[in-house]
Amino acid sequence: MAINAQTLNETEFFYGHKACAGCGGSLAVRIALKVLGENTFAVLPAGCMSAVGFNFPQLCFSNNAIISTFAGTASMLTGIEAGLRAQGVTDFHAVGFAGDGGTADIGLQALSGAIDRNDDILYICYDNEAYMNTGIQKSSLTPFGARTTTTPAGKNIRGNLRPKKNLFEIVAAHGIPYAATASVGYLNDFMRKIEKAKQIKGTKYIHILAPCPTGWGIQTDETIDVAKEVVDCGLWYLAEYENGSFILNHDPKEFTSIEKYLRKQSRFKHLTDKDIQTIQNSRDAKWEYIHRNFK
Amino acid sequence: MAKRFLSGNEAFAYGVRLARPQVISAYPITPQTIVVEKLSEFVEDGSLKAEFIHVESEHSALSCAMGAASVGARAFTATSSQGLLYMAECLPYAAGGRFPIVMMNANRSTALPWNIYGDQRDSVSQLDSGWIQAYAENAQEALDIALMSFYIAEHRKVSTPFMANLDGFVLTHTYEVADVPSQEQADEFLPPLQTENKMSLAAPKNLAFSAGPDSNTIFKYKEHLGILNAKSIIQEAEIRFEQIFGRHYTGLTESYQTEDADYILITLGSIAGLVREVVDQMRAGGKKVGLLRLRYLRPFPNEEIAAAVKNAKALAVLEKDISFGSEGTVYTNVNSALQKAALSIPNSNYIGGLGGKNISAEEIESIFYELTKQRSTVQFLGIGGEGSGN
Repeated sequence: MAINAQTLNETEFFYGHKACAGCGGSLAVRIALKVLGENTFAVLPAGCMSAVGFNFPQLCFSNNAIISTFAGTASMLTGIEAGLRAQGVTDFHAVGFAGDGGTADIGLQALSGAIDRNDDILYICYDNEAYMNTGIQKSSLTPFGARTTTTPAGKNIRGNLRPKKNLFEIVAAHGIPYAATASVGYLNDFMRKIEKAKQIKGTKYIHILAPCPTGWGIQTDETIDVAKEVVDCGLWYLAEYENGSFILNHDPKEFTSIEKYLRKQSRFKHLTDKDIQTIQNSRDAKWEYIHRNFK
Repeated sequence: MAKRFLSGNEAFAYGVRLARPQVISAYPITPQTIVVEKLSEFVEDGSLKAEFIHVESEHSALSCAMGAASVGARAFTATSSQGLLYMAECLPYAAGGRFPIVMMNANRSTALPWNIYGDQRDSVSQLDSGWIQAYAENAQEALDIALMSFYIAEHRKVSTPFMANLDGFVLTHTYEVADVPSQEQADEFLPPLQTENKMSLAAPKNLAFSAGPDSNTIFKYKEHLGILNAKSIIQEAEIRFEQIFGRHYTGLTESYQTEDADYILITLGSIAGLVREVVDQMRAGGKKVGLLRLRYLRPFPNEEIAAAVKNAKALAVLEKDISFGSEGTVYTNVNSALQKAALSIPNSNYIGGLGGKNISAEEIESIFYELTKQRSTVQFLGIGGEGSGN
């Protein structure tokens, strides 16, 4: 039976934490743990989710959970998985929840090592497109044009000048057993992918876009709408990589307005029409690539 | 027990095998590499049942070991020099998490300039990271420390990671005859790891959490007590060890001819063997000299040093490290021990063996002769005192 809002485990594993209202990342963690269940060992590096969930004596995970070093999410997962297996424990899931900076920047080496070894772990990147915990600094997953506290939008430079790193395909290029993209705007799709990853041996990677109202400059009740819209306007996509092939899960017949998506977020307020055209062109090129290479 | 002709690295690997580690994370670096190579052979031939993880860096080596320890598995890794510095973030992390990981460090110079040979600047630079630090003199002691380290680190009163240091090349690559105990004896000595400081399905926990200003100090205080407790647990381990294996060790320090010595050289690691020979020669010539070897730098043997040197006329500390702009760190620690014991003994600091430079018997002898002048300076062996190296 497919997991949906009606069949989802009612037990809460991540509660009493101090995440901001409307936090997409905490929603991704909460939902993923409900799908994975109580026999889950969660590793969270330095970042938003560890900062809001592990303040002694207020510890917010009812399953096993541990903070890793910023760069060490994947390698600590490896040790947990190996340590449990060495003791004859088999009925468990080892899952990591790291942000975009913790995954695409400082944690990429350890992640690549774990995929290379094909360790039996699930790595979930909750991507809010900047270092939010330290106050909205640019990461390599910050999209083109976004204003962050280290890519100010001024007269000379208008926000981040580099495109978002293509981490999903970088991960897939390892020949990983399973990788997927997701969005907190499409939770059924995310839950299905976690459920699928649960059944697969070896390394699994799920990259979920998770808006941050504080960093993106949106209202706290807009998180889900914006997370849907980023998929609907084609700036993010829902896909899987399995058995050496890319599969597109959701192919919008017609994209919604990129301009509307961007203009409602204060991080993009400064963009010119030309900037928006640049973003649209890169979206179109990406979708041309997707239609050519994804099933 | 079986006698084997082993290098320091190989002897240590045999000791690790006897301890039955469940997870080994391995990353190569000269001159440590032979340890993990040997352990991979043990896993391959079935004589060691362990998860052998080929990590992609030293940072991940220790991160992986922490993951294994966090679920109660016995974990081992090894490193050296740049590798130790690369994993430096994980050192206080493992200590603060009270994960009883054992790590061998092949003492090697740190860049720049690049140099693969032995000195102790790597481990001494990490004295404040919360790890027990032991320094072996020979292959037999390396093997025995390997086995004892797990007992000490995992003891519930200690619960602190253990760094076992072997001088690069001089000890790691030099072959000696060593007794390799039987697995039955080793199992009698070392029980399986039991700890409540772990995540498990039976009793889920949140570990490695944040502790703010109100509670931080108590965690750090307990961490300090844990490593101080190692003093008595090292003694306990060595008594058990002698009962089972018949070899005697002397705790945090080892004294040689110090009882009536006027002049005592304090040092650590493999150079102690040569110092002992020089002491014998000078004693034969009527000179009352002695050696105090520091077997552990953490916990630091304050009382042991004071007791061993209290009647000496002068002391020298010979060490393979320098805290630039100050003096040798071992020297600083020794002087603190003297001060706390209200001992005012003239002393000198000799920095030698950097980047693998040989320390000769003549140089050691000249240190003892210079001590009769009773001056207090920092000397670089072969160069001279501060300000004379221009």
